[in-house]
Amino acid sequence: MIRIPKTLPAAAPITAIRQDNYRTKTFTFDARLDATPGQFVMAWLPRFDEKPFSLVSADPVALMISAVGPATRLMHELAVGDKLWLRGPFGHGFDAPADQRRIALVAGGYGVAPLLWLARHELGRRDEITVILGARSVQELLYADDLRALASERAGSTAVRLALATEDGSAGRRGLVTDVLQPLLDAGEVDGIYACGPHGMLVALEGLSRRYAIPGQLSWEAYMRCGVGICGACEHDGAVLCLDGPVLSVTP
Amino acid sequence: MNRLQVDFLGVPLNTPLVLASGIWGTTASLLERAARAGCGAVTAKSCGPVPRAGHVNPSCLDWGHGLINAIGLANPGVEAEAAMLAQARQTLAELGVPLIASIFAGSPSEFGAVAESIASSRPAFVEVNVSCPNVASEFGEPFAASPQAAAEVTAAVKAVLAPKGIPVIVKLAPNVPSIARIAHAVVEAGADALCAINTMPGMVIDAESGQPILANRSGGLSGPALKPIALKCVYDLHKACPDTPIIGVGGVTTGIDAIEMIMAGATAVGVGSAIYYRGHDAITQIVAEMDAWAEAHRIANVSTLRGAAHHEPHYDASPTGAPIPAAH
Repeated sequence: MIRIPKTLPAAAPITAIRQDNYRTKTFTFDARLDATPGQFVMAWLPRFDEKPFSLVSADPVALMISAVGPATRLMHELAVGDKLWLRGPFGHGFDAPADQRRIALVAGGYGVAPLLWLARHELGRRDEITVILGARSVQELLYADDLRALASERAGSTAVRLALATEDGSAGRRGLVTDVLQPLLDAGEVDGIYACGPHGMLVALEGLSRRYAIPGQLSWEAYMRCGVGICGACEHDGAVLCLDGPVLSVTP
Repeated sequence: MNRLQVDFLGVPLNTPLVLASGIWGTTASLLERAARAGCGAVTAKSCGPVPRAGHVNPSCLDWGHGLINAIGLANPGVEAEAAMLAQARQTLAELGVPLIASIFAGSPSEFGAVAESIASSRPAFVEVNVSCPNVASEFGEPFAASPQAAAEVTAAVKAVLAPKGIPVIVKLAPNVPSIARIAHAVVEAGADALCAINTMPGMVIDAESGQPILANRSGGLSGPALKPIALKCVYDLHKACPDTPIIGVGGVTTGIDAIEMIMAGATAVGVGSAIYYRGHDAITQIVAEMDAWAEAHRIANVSTLRGAAHHEPHYDASPTGAPIPAAH
């Protein structure tokens, strides 16, 4: 098993590919690195392009890749035994304070990638983990089965709850993830909010975090260029997401 | 007087540190962040006549002894840049930190036009980037490679900016046979100050794929590996043009690195890749280290160290016993 460096990309052989939905696969590699949930790696297709991906796990390395552009469509043509060149980890991930006993993990679309790992990571460390998984429709839902499995496992004293929300109502509740979260906040059942998803969802969660004075850590998406915090291409609110983020704490 | 305050072309800088072009200079809030961290001046990302996406990734890599990048002059075009800089300049003015705009173009006349547009944002200085190593496929050999070409660009920009009272800084390349010759040419053509050096061209190849890693194939080296090259260039420039202020940039990651750059002849010191090596508070750390070094060495002001490396001690003996050579 190779160890992925932060320096030049290392060729990582693919050991497994799982089809997650019509346009999304999870690739597992014969590679490992030291990282925390929320950190990302850069994946290079020689002489084509290099893209950032949140880690789904670090040992072995697993990445969720949705075929949404030229590079990711080419990555979807790779087979077990083929290689993808990886470097990382980069950025800062989620870091939940120990005193938050009940945490909510809010995932929108493929934003679930780092949150499945975070949920596994926090098992046994919290009294309750509520995962709110949202998507436009049931076809777009990702990792619902993994999360259901996690919810039925009982790890120590942690209770895992899973709530689904789709905009068209084809799975779970019809509506947005914030519609599910807000009643929990009203009931005082959440000590910390951890989220990854589309920009609009994060802006809404930032507002809820402030309004209810519940600490939030949000993973923002941006086009990462240098990946090491110097070029300024991924600036968000005065932060460079590839270095200060992608996970930023909500400022009160 | 503050130990670190220096005079740059008549403008007081709170510290000699200057945010180098291409680092963080993409938005007003990041320029402000660099100023608050302790930069005496901040340089915006170079802008050209029209928007450019730059090269795809990989565009920046840590190759073990430094970074290598080929961002490819990604910028929103001078019109959008001028609007951003006008906003940045106001905040920076409140902090007492002058703004350096940076421009590039494909010909001397185009340089003049970009200078005209960027002047509307009223920067304190304009840096003329004639030395980007990563756009040869479109722009050909950098102007900084030829004394004549560099002088033509300088003259074109100077003609536009002199009536507006905006001084011109020319950013030079290290990979030339004689950087002093280029410097003489641009100073003669009207450059008020020099900035040296830009990154050093290089390439990294991946053995597994047999391919260059950067999308642009080659890139510019920065970081620790660049420091000795930058020190030599700044030393040569100060010797060639002792009256021309120099922003010395290349591989500075510590306060002592910055002191060394001043000793080579720099008036101000650029920082960039240090943010990768030392984290987002690199600038604050470097300022604190410079100040501590100056205090420990009882230096009232770091500008007294400028060019110290050129003033060698004199001995009434030679190490080999041979006749004493003439002064350096």
